[in-house]
Amino acid sequence: MSSAQIVFENVSKFYGDVLGVNRVNLVVPPGITSLVGPNGSGKTTLMNLMTGLIQPSRGRIRVLGLSPDNPEEFFREVGYCTQFDTFPKGFTGYQFVNSYLRLYGCPGKEAETLTWQSIERVGMIDAANRKIAGYSKGMRQRIKLAQSTCHSPSVLVLDEPLNGLDPLVRAETIALFKQFAEEGMHVIISSHILHEVDAISDQVILLSNGYVVAEGQIRGVRDEIEDHPMQILIRCSKPGELASKMFQQEHVIEARIHKDGAGLLIKTRDPSKFYLMLNKVALNGVGIESVAPADDDVNSLYEYLIGGEESTK
Amino acid sequence: MNLWLTQILAVIRLELKKTFFARRGLWIYILALMPLVLFGAHSFAVLTFHQQADFGQDTNIFATVFQFFYLRLAIFFGCVGIFMNLIRGEMLDRSLHFYFLAPIRREVLMAGKFLAGLFAATVIFGTSTILQLVAMYCHFDPPTLQEFVFRGDGLHHLLAYFGVTVLACVGYGSVFLAAGVLMRNPIIPAAIMLVWESINSFLPAFLQKFSVIYYLKSLCPVDVPPQVPPPFALLAVNVDPVSPLIAVPSLLLLSALVVLWSGYKIRRLEINYGTD
Repeated sequence: MSSAQIVFENVSKFYGDVLGVNRVNLVVPPGITSLVGPNGSGKTTLMNLMTGLIQPSRGRIRVLGLSPDNPEEFFREVGYCTQFDTFPKGFTGYQFVNSYLRLYGCPGKEAETLTWQSIERVGMIDAANRKIAGYSKGMRQRIKLAQSTCHSPSVLVLDEPLNGLDPLVRAETIALFKQFAEEGMHVIISSHILHEVDAISDQVILLSNGYVVAEGQIRGVRDEIEDHPMQILIRCSKPGELASKMFQQEHVIEARIHKDGAGLLIKTRDPSKFYLMLNKVALNGVGIESVAPADDDVNSLYEYLIGGEESTK
Repeated sequence: MNLWLTQILAVIRLELKKTFFARRGLWIYILALMPLVLFGAHSFAVLTFHQQADFGQDTNIFATVFQFFYLRLAIFFGCVGIFMNLIRGEMLDRSLHFYFLAPIRREVLMAGKFLAGLFAATVIFGTSTILQLVAMYCHFDPPTLQEFVFRGDGLHHLLAYFGVTVLACVGYGSVFLAAGVLMRNPIIPAAIMLVWESINSFLPAFLQKFSVIYYLKSLCPVDVPPQVPPPFALLAVNVDPVSPLIAVPSLLLLSALVVLWSGYKIRRLEINYGTD
């Protein structure tokens, strides 16, 4: 197994009789990976296992070849921004980040420079010398992010990192995650807000009741779900004409004109055949402007795999 | 500098600030200062009402208060407050993950926390011990006092009481640090330990050796006077005193073993104060 990946080998965690996660086998490559699932699905358990805050009841975890049992080496490569809003008492934002670097073993001057760099990256310079107890929810999130990235880790684990951020800071933070991923970092994000991770994830891990129900690139996962016909939105000039042609195809089970009247929503059991047929139709002057899958987002996957009642959106 | 040493110093720096300036630790200062107030009042009364001053009597009073109140209650509960807070207190505050997510071995963290607790307890209770002795004898005229300190037992008593105070902090500190790692509720181990230390005199000789007070009693420079009423006299009786050459290393060894064991246990300590 590559030492450049995060590997879960048959990992289970039980809290007494209560299941945390069960038989998790995962290989997480670099890039942005989202853990998605409703409350209680096992996202935080998986993250706490990954960072050694809890021990697996069974199985083995390796992060870039390192074991969470050895924090001295492990946390030189890993940063964890937890979901919990608790800080050592009386700390200012600066002290919170700086203390971490001193524990890391950084000499005073170097720690100071890295602290300010990290605080600047999350836009907290002005509030750095104020007590964290007086911070807003969004500011606490940002100072946690500064702390978890101050030592330039290779793996960044973020538990609900966008909670409490206003739209502008949210956009900036997402851009920061993308930048980390582009630099080759593993960024693991948990969220129960699907549309949030949909836009930024390279791959998703869908969790339900402690089990991994699907993993991989969103489109790849969608292709594997054969029970649900694929939905495709076609933007065209003559949706009615196109609908009548589509109904002649055996694999098309539904064709519905879009509510704005400028498109057609198709449900098909065989996307490959559908796209072949669409090419022919396009040549017959229907005026197709665009064709795009309508249900290969995380929310649709979630609904198909886990069921509407558990959907988190 | 060696990484572990750097990390231990970083932990000590963080912990000392929390221990010395925590509002919830105010009662520890009050406990440490109570005998000081008592002895100060005694000296004030002697000076104000021109009472007869007696070195022997004052020495016995000091020994009695030191053994019955200061060692068994003030330092004991002070160490409960300081050392239990180092791990269990942070678990209850939900802030221990700050350390557990840092690149520091948990055994090194444990050593740093223990040393920080020990330093804080020694400063608080050691300073109080010295000030108590000063307060007890300050009503004597300077030549008599000088004679007592430099030609009599004064300096020896001062060093011995200070040493016993430090050893008490080491012994009780190690036990309560371990209790903080193992138990959720600090009241239970504190109560068990209090009972164990109290019945120490009634235990078989072999079991007596597994207590902190057994060694401390032997190291106190003055025995509790026989005039003390029976229930208290029984607590202070020391039928088999151990020599300082054995008492000091034994207590340090016992404490070191407890700290090492805590270091081993903390490796598997889980933080799970979250819900998904």
